[in-house]
Amino acid sequence: MGDLTGANAGIVIPPRNGAKLAFDEYNKTNPAVKIEMVEYDSQADPSKAVALAQQAIKTDKIVGLVGPAFSGESAQVGPVLEEAKIPSVSASATNVKLAENGWKYWHRVLPNDGVQGPSIADFIVDGAAAKNVFVIDDKSEYGKPLADAVRGQLKTKGATVTDDSLDPAESDFSSVVNKVAAAKPDAIFFGGYYAAGGNLLKQLRDKGVTAKFLSGDGSLDKGLIEGAGAENAEGALVGCPCYIATPDVTDAKVKGFADAYKAAFSADPAIYASEGYDAATVFIEAIKAGKTTAEDINQFISTVDFTGVSKQVKFQPTGEVEAKDIYIYQVKGGVITLLGKAAEAKLG
Amino acid sequence: MFNDFINQFWPSTIDGLAFGSIYALIALGYTMVYGVLRLINFAHSEVFMIGTFGAMFVPFVLGIDSALTGLALVGVIILMILAGMLASAGTAVALERIAYRPLRRRGASRLAALISAIGASIFLQELFALLVIPNLFDRPQQGRIQMGLPRLMERTELFSIFGHSVRVDQVLVIVAALGMMIALDRLVNRTKIGRGIRATAQNPEAAVLMGVDIDKIVRMTFLIGGGMAGVAGALYLISYENTNYLIGFLFGIKAFTAAVLGGIGNLRGALVGGIALGLVENYGAIFFGSDWKHVISFTILVLVLMFRPTGILGESLQQARA
Repeated sequence: MGDLTGANAGIVIPPRNGAKLAFDEYNKTNPAVKIEMVEYDSQADPSKAVALAQQAIKTDKIVGLVGPAFSGESAQVGPVLEEAKIPSVSASATNVKLAENGWKYWHRVLPNDGVQGPSIADFIVDGAAAKNVFVIDDKSEYGKPLADAVRGQLKTKGATVTDDSLDPAESDFSSVVNKVAAAKPDAIFFGGYYAAGGNLLKQLRDKGVTAKFLSGDGSLDKGLIEGAGAENAEGALVGCPCYIATPDVTDAKVKGFADAYKAAFSADPAIYASEGYDAATVFIEAIKAGKTTAEDINQFISTVDFTGVSKQVKFQPTGEVEAKDIYIYQVKGGVITLLGKAAEAKLG
Repeated sequence: MFNDFINQFWPSTIDGLAFGSIYALIALGYTMVYGVLRLINFAHSEVFMIGTFGAMFVPFVLGIDSALTGLALVGVIILMILAGMLASAGTAVALERIAYRPLRRRGASRLAALISAIGASIFLQELFALLVIPNLFDRPQQGRIQMGLPRLMERTELFSIFGHSVRVDQVLVIVAALGMMIALDRLVNRTKIGRGIRATAQNPEAAVLMGVDIDKIVRMTFLIGGGMAGVAGALYLISYENTNYLIGFLFGIKAFTAAVLGGIGNLRGALVGGIALGLVENYGAIFFGSDWKHVISFTILVLVLMFRPTGILGESLQQARA
């Protein structure tokens, strides 16, 4: 379930494809129990999502749900699934508070927003060797907490932090850019979405600011490169709790997934595709183990432990996944490439 | 903090002047229409938006995707400015004909014209998001996504002030905007059409009695104001290289503010107001951070209006001698 046709469908279709691929592969093996996948297009509207969830439970009699995709709809759909005792695994909802509801049937296969900020800050200081960092946020519900988390951790690690924020509705960020130029930082972190990020990056480079540019998952889109221009975006770094199987991977399992994905959807796996595949695999493992009722499947999920495409999948009692890796991506030659885990990646 | 101000003074001044010039060009449209009709044309923000897309159309049709130099660059810039003016002026004249003149003929209140303007503004935004951008610019399903312009002009440094570089695009914006304003000032003060505009602004009834064709003068006012917004749109596009269907909203508010700050109805006031606003925004951000930018500019507006209710230069299109 998620936004399959709305404004943000671009980050929901890849995990949907990933899940579909997993189920198709499973059904092709002619198992005793086949899995049918039903799609629910919530268009990211929480009230629509709740109505669809009720339809799924009452009419379609689902035994498990991959999704909901976004945090907002997850907060509304969670109680409905909880009451009906239907397990869910989201591949993309990252709001910290979701895990604090005591829901027994809710899970997600990626770390939350509270992990991303500090990990990126660690990377800025350790991996990118920056001491003087300029942190900019877009004042949004997403960008501000993320930037604040980065600021907090940077200060803990002893880096000098200078702050400013911008209004993403504007297109002239010269006042921010002048501040950055005067502060002469080693690195710049922007907490916000790719549209403003691209324009900001272009204006920084036009002013001759050459400091490393970093951002979070909201900027992990080719729109960042289009907005800034390939030349200006070169070398920009973006952190994400997601693991994208870029064409240059060597791991056999990941490569197999990437090739199968490309064959099925004639596109490279994009954001959250491997998480969608892993979320679907959770249910497949349960069915393979002979669990066919929602209650049995949920029991099984609490003990599941397998090597997925994106990570080792094992859940904590809260529904959070055990693995807490944040990945760093870098723009090289106009495309986004994987640099490595935030804790290990180094700029060469 | 004072140290920050000294460090950032010159770059902020240059950015403020360049952005203020764009505000000033848009503000002219508000101020001229207000001077002649006592009407705030709230759809003027969309006239600017359409100007950016008019200018965008030139490199799009020519298929330019890399930086130009020499005569080719000058030619494309001039074409872009002309296309922006054409698109904006055409929109402004059509607005007057469709949204305002029928109301004016029937003697409707100014409030009715205001509602008509807001309606026209939303209509134009959605027209671009739903039809014009997807079809004319070949971007299906992407009408609401920002559209970028490939780099036309390399950002070379022209000269530097106290170690802070001044780029060629910033100089282009300031010089072109000032040139347009001097030309407009000449037009209003030295030509027959200008005299008609001033006469209508002072006393419409007397102007009719003296043989001034009011409809023609009103049309000219919208045409010229729209053309200025089109120049602003083209200059904005060349220096910031992006636009979208909602770009007019903030610019409209800021330019209207600039017009009121300088003295609405006063052409030179629009220039003073636009540049003052551009500078204040950038200086204010040095002291309080960029998130306070808007707060500072509007606080200054309120303060100026408390002490000079008619703005810095006062209303003058009405008082000017014929």
